[in-house]
Amino acid sequence: MAMLHTVNKSPSERNTLDSCLNHAKSGSSVLLFEDGIYAVVKGSAAAGRLKEAAGVSVYALGPDLKARGIDEDQVIDGVTVVDYAGFVDLVTRHENVQSWL
Amino acid sequence: MKLAVMVNEGPYQHQSADSAYQFTKAALDNGHEISRVFFYHDGVNNGTRYGVPPQDDRNITQLWSELSKQHNLDLVVCVAAAQRRGILDADEAKRHGKSGDNIADGFRISGLGQLIEAGIQADRLVVFGD
Amino acid sequence: MSETIKKFLYVNRKAPYGSIYALESLEVVLIGAAFDQDVSLAFVDDGVFQIAKGQKTNEIGMKNFSPTYSALGDYEVTKIYVEKESLEERGLTPDNLLHLTYEDEDDDYAEKDSIRFVSRAELSEIMDQQDVILSF
Repeated sequence: MAMLHTVNKSPSERNTLDSCLNHAKSGSSVLLFEDGIYAVVKGSAAAGRLKEAAGVSVYALGPDLKARGIDEDQVIDGVTVVDYAGFVDLVTRHENVQSWL
Repeated sequence: MKLAVMVNEGPYQHQSADSAYQFTKAALDNGHEISRVFFYHDGVNNGTRYGVPPQDDRNITQLWSELSKQHNLDLVVCVAAAQRRGILDADEAKRHGKSGDNIADGFRISGLGQLIEAGIQADRLVVFGD
Repeated sequence: MSETIKKFLYVNRKAPYGSIYALESLEVVLIGAAFDQDVSLAFVDDGVFQIAKGQKTNEIGMKNFSPTYSALGDYEVTKIYVEKESLEERGLTPDNLLHLTYEDEDDDYAEKDSIRFVSRAELSEIMDQQDVILSF
């Protein structure tokens, strides 16, 4: 039963990302969107936490990166950038969805 | 697939309403069914027809209304949350002695049961909030 | 109401009164009870504060809705998961919380605890099993 977790708040504004990663099982996926995308920026503390999350596939919403002026070369390795169609795809491909608000 | 969407925040204040709209649109464009969009908490504020946002930016309520019309969507505003925040249809306005109603085209006011029902009937329910 | 029975989990991670999420999520749970689904509640992070004992709200001019949690048993909401780490990180113990119970009709209406204290790892597993997860 692979879950899709979504995180939409900045890791330095809220504990949502931490809480999500504390509960995300290996084999699950995390989609960062809205302000949540700041977690995938190279060199950020949160990016470090993401790298440590064993067995979790990480996705970031491209439109939200672009909106905030984050180029894909500023994104840590191992993150798949998706668009809204990709977001929908992630929802349908996983057994269930949990939005961490 | 049959997808349901829950919108917990009002237009403009948070990106949730926009994200929910973009997700809904993408799902429809990709051949999925959106069985219901349920507006809760401040999300009910997406359903007022009296918003006059600046002309050079998106009109979120209007976007929802147009999408609803185009795809025959079921946009449901929670009655309890709506009453708290002053979103009324004609019946509600009459019932509560208010001078007018403000529900936007394509939206309808109904109970929380519609959210639960959406969760039961859809394959996936996605929540957009703060 | 419906033939399908899904596992619904209501996730509460926010403190009460500072925002409306706690109150309005409880309203969903109560209405949802009529649909005979397999319902669980989870109190995680600051959500554990929602079920703290001794809430006195008259000086902030807001309604104290904490007594409503005690009615959950009557609505057949009997699986209330409280995360142990969330309590510990906030300096709380089970004694700080409301005593939530239900009457087990399969056991001569014996009064039982609705709250199940679970570890973070246990809660992850529980979350994974759900069909519909509502966050507020």
